[in-house]
Order: sequence, then C-alpha cells, then structure tokens
Amino acid sequence: MNIFVCVKQVPDTETKVQPNGDGTFIETSSIKWIMNPYDEFAVEQALLVKAANAGSTVTVLRVGGVKDTEALRTAMAMGADDAILVDAEDNLDSYTIAKSLKGAIDKSGKSADLILCGKQAIDDDCLQVPQVLATMMELPSVSVIVGFEQAGDTVTVKREIEGGALEIYEVKTPVVLATNKGINTPRYASLPGIMKAKRKPMQQLSLADVGVSLEDRRVVYSDFSLPPEKPAGKKFDAMDDAAAAGVVAEVVGLLRTEAKVL
Amino acid sequence: MANVLVFSETNNGNVKPVTLEILGKLTGQSIDVAVIGDLADDQVKVLAEYGAGKVHKLNGANLEKYSPEGYANALHGFISGGSYDYVMTGATSLAKDMVPRLATKFDAGMASDCVNFLFEGDTFQGTRPLFAGKCLAKVSLQGPKPHFITVRPNALGMPESPTAGAGTASDASVEAGEIRAAIKEIIASASEKVDLTEANIIISGGRAMKNPENFSILSEMADVIGATVGASRAAVDSGYAAPSMQVGQTGKTVSPSLYIACGISGAIQHLAGMRTSKVIVAINTDPDAPIFTKADYGIVGDLYKIVPIMTEEFKKILA
Repeated sequence: MNIFVCVKQVPDTETKVQPNGDGTFIETSSIKWIMNPYDEFAVEQALLVKAANAGSTVTVLRVGGVKDTEALRTAMAMGADDAILVDAEDNLDSYTIAKSLKGAIDKSGKSADLILCGKQAIDDDCLQVPQVLATMMELPSVSVIVGFEQAGDTVTVKREIEGGALEIYEVKTPVVLATNKGINTPRYASLPGIMKAKRKPMQQLSLADVGVSLEDRRVVYSDFSLPPEKPAGKKFDAMDDAAAAGVVAEVVGLLRTEAKVL
Repeated sequence: MANVLVFSETNNGNVKPVTLEILGKLTGQSIDVAVIGDLADDQVKVLAEYGAGKVHKLNGANLEKYSPEGYANALHGFISGGSYDYVMTGATSLAKDMVPRLATKFDAGMASDCVNFLFEGDTFQGTRPLFAGKCLAKVSLQGPKPHFITVRPNALGMPESPTAGAGTASDASVEAGEIRAAIKEIIASASEKVDLTEANIIISGGRAMKNPENFSILSEMADVIGATVGASRAAVDSGYAAPSMQVGQTGKTVSPSLYIACGISGAIQHLAGMRTSKVIVAINTDPDAPIFTKADYGIVGDLYKIVPIMTEEFKKILA
C-alpha cells in the first residue's frame, strides 16, 4: 500500500504564546517546534498498517517553514520511509495547506491508498485539513478516529462524537482518516532510528511546484491578541486537618452567594 | 444586508441551542434556516421568534442518519440553488466533520469555531481562539462565496430580546449522492453525562489521583452537583483516565460555569483548555502550583481530605 501521512510542525504545548509586532501571527523566534501531537497517532497508525501489508511504503508530508525539520525527521526516525516538505509560511490557512498536500501527493507519482492526518493541529485548531484534502482528492474521509481495523481494501474505523459515543464506519480504500488520541500508542524514535532517519530522502518543493500561490488563501487573520487575564482569586490554607472543614464550607458558601454558580 | 443560511442540527426533534445563539446575532441580515429531515411546527415557531425568515426542510433518500458525504452533497445541492453569502452553523462534532467538505465543494473558505462575530456592512468579521485559547485573532474570509463559518456553542450566549422573522416553512428535496463512508453502527456512550465540551460543571483530576480507582471520589461529587468528570494529560497518559476525558490543548477545550481542578498542578497546556471557565476552584497540596494563578477559589490542601468534605457540603447546600 502507498501510505501518506500529513504532519504539521507546531509550537510545543508548553509555549507561552505572544502576538508578534504587527499582530499578524505569534512571535516565533524562540519557539521550540514539535510534531503536532495528534499527528504522532497518524504516523504510528501508518507504521502499523505498513507492518501488516508487505511491500507498503510510508511517505510523510509537511507544508511549512524549512528552517526546522523536526517533525519530518521524527516521523522518519519512527519508521517512515521518506518525506516531502513544501516550503511555506507556518501560518497558511487550511485550504492552502490541503491544496499543497494534494499537489505534493500528485507530484509524488504514487497513487495514495491511505492518507492519515491528525484530527486537528494544536496551533490553529481548525479541524479542516483532512476533510478538505479528501474532498479535493474526491475521496471519502472519516475524522476523529479512535479505532482502526483493516481487512483487504476495507477499513472499519471508530469515530468519536459528543459524550464519548462512537460511530462505526466501514469504508473502502483509498480513504483519508484523521486520528484522535486513543487509537494507538505512538512509539518513541530509537537511537538507531534517529541515525537512519538522517539518511532517508527528504524532497523539498516550493508552493509553485505544487501549483499553489498565496492568492489561494481563503482565511485571513489579523489582530492576534492575548485573552484578558482574570483578577487574582482567593486562596485558603487547608493543609491543617482542623481547618479543612471550615475552609471547604466557606468556599462552597462563596460558590453559591458570591460566584452564584450553584 | 448579507444573505445568510444557518444550518441547524436537531436533537430529539428540537433545534440545537447554538442555532438560536447564532440567529440572535444575525439581526439585520437576511436569515434562512435549513434542517435535514422534518421539523415540527413548534420548532419552526421557535426559529421564527429568533429571526428566521424562511425555514427549509431538506428531505431525500439516505439522509436518515449522518454521513459526511451524504450531508455535504445534500446541502451543496440546496445551497447552490440559492444566493447565500454566508453559511453558518454550530461547531459540533457533526459540523466539524462535514462543513470542511461542504465548503470545499464550493472551493470556498471556512472559519472554524468562532466565539464572536459581527457584520461590517455585508462583510463577516469573526473572532476565534487559536492555540487552544492562548490567544485570540480576528478572522475574515475571501475567495468564492458562500463563505462558511462554524460558531462555538455557548460562546455567544442566548439573545435576550431577539427580533422575530416570518418563519415561513417549506420543503425541499435533496440528493445524498454517493456515500462511500457510511455509519454501520452507533455505540452509545457508557456515561449518561453530558459531554465535557457542553458540561455546565466539570470536576477534573490530575496526576495526584494516582490510579483509576481514586477517580470514584470525583464521580461521587460529580453525581451530587450534576458534573462531568475530566482529567489532565498527566492523568490520561498515566492510564488513570480515558483519553476522551482529557481537558487541555491536546484534549478538549472547555468553558463550564464551574471547573473544579483536583490535584492538577496547571501545566500551560491544561490551563489553555480550561481558562475560560467562568469560576475555577483548585485543590492542590502545593501552594505554588500554577493552577492557583487561574483559580477564583484556591484551596491548599490534600484532595483526598478536601473532596469528601466538599461532597458533603454540596449535599447539604443542595438538599
């Protein structure tokens, strides 16, 4: 099977986000970049499918800045065979990213049997790219999947909806699937894996190479700002057992009389 | 005046509350509502009270249950016959899955999960959180129309005095087309509780829960005050709680009226996911835990002592 995995490189979850000077994005100069956490599940699922289907290849794709290639190197260290990087700004909208990914897959000359993505990127939180890519490629898609089984060209996936309920889909490949936490446990890259990844091919393309221009953008952001800070709250010491009952009674009382949430 | 279509999902025959939130904010625009399937007259009346001009009931084969392709095809066909500038709907599980497909069929853009919006003349301008709410930005759309927008439930609030519309109901027949990804079966949630993203009260446990069994003390308190139980990433990654319970940047972003954090230190990624809760209570033995910087009421203490006392206090006050 020809398996493609789309990954995004995002600021580490511990990043304190600051708007940049003109408010068009965030300050990125001192950011530690990581693979989008939901994409780790997509890479792991691709490797599991590869292991179960002899002769399969896993190609990992990314659209974004070329200065740091952490996400692609991590995916290859985990076991992906090769990578394609489309050189672009890190704050493109979902439409332009999906169009670039489609362009990169078309250019690879391989017909995709399975395309895996994380269900959302934790930077812009749009949850669009997998479904947009599928529609552009005229493929079916299932998003937010927490379970995957394959029998020949049929896959059965579990999609998580509100309240933890599950929709079970049966769909034939080729298909685009967007993974959620819970589907698998991503492996760590081993040291030999990391060494091997350095020699794996990484093809670099421009937006023009994949038939995309910045004019394609559909969503425009401005005025990045920090949300208002809450005023300091009240703090009570209840480390002493004797004080605990009184403190708890007071807080519960305040929840009713002051905060009015009960 | 912009021509806006609001797509409304229904729940047990009732339009979802987020539909009414959106309608209330659209006063002054030309507003149509579309639903898939039938809608009782009393629900059409509710839509009219909140401003709907026309209410379109879309019916066709293979639309009894959701499928991403069937719904997107049906709405694509219906919307193509109109002259809408904008299509809006609530950012639910269904919409997050389906609307990107629908927008792409029009080669159009989509603004996800807006928490506020206005119209400057005929032009939409939204506000949406990014980085799980660590920052906000203004969002606008360009390119082929209609433009697509999803709105986060509970963000706008219910309009206090909505302007009524005509609420003229009509039926339209639509085609689901080819459905390749179809639902074979639905497995209901084991929990009767409302989803974290819709919960009014959430009680979350962190690393200090130590094992899955200890979560029962949070469940007991949750039962008393009608809360949903959540967890931090540390608790989920340690196997104490299910991934669907995770609150934070790599889990669910929540904004309940009351959030009670038990034994959660308050990593940046957790704070990002719950900071917009109206009132936050934190219980932690470490007086310097970052969670206290976001807490309206902080209790420095051992959750295993505090939580049972708090459960009894809630019982007393709610008796």
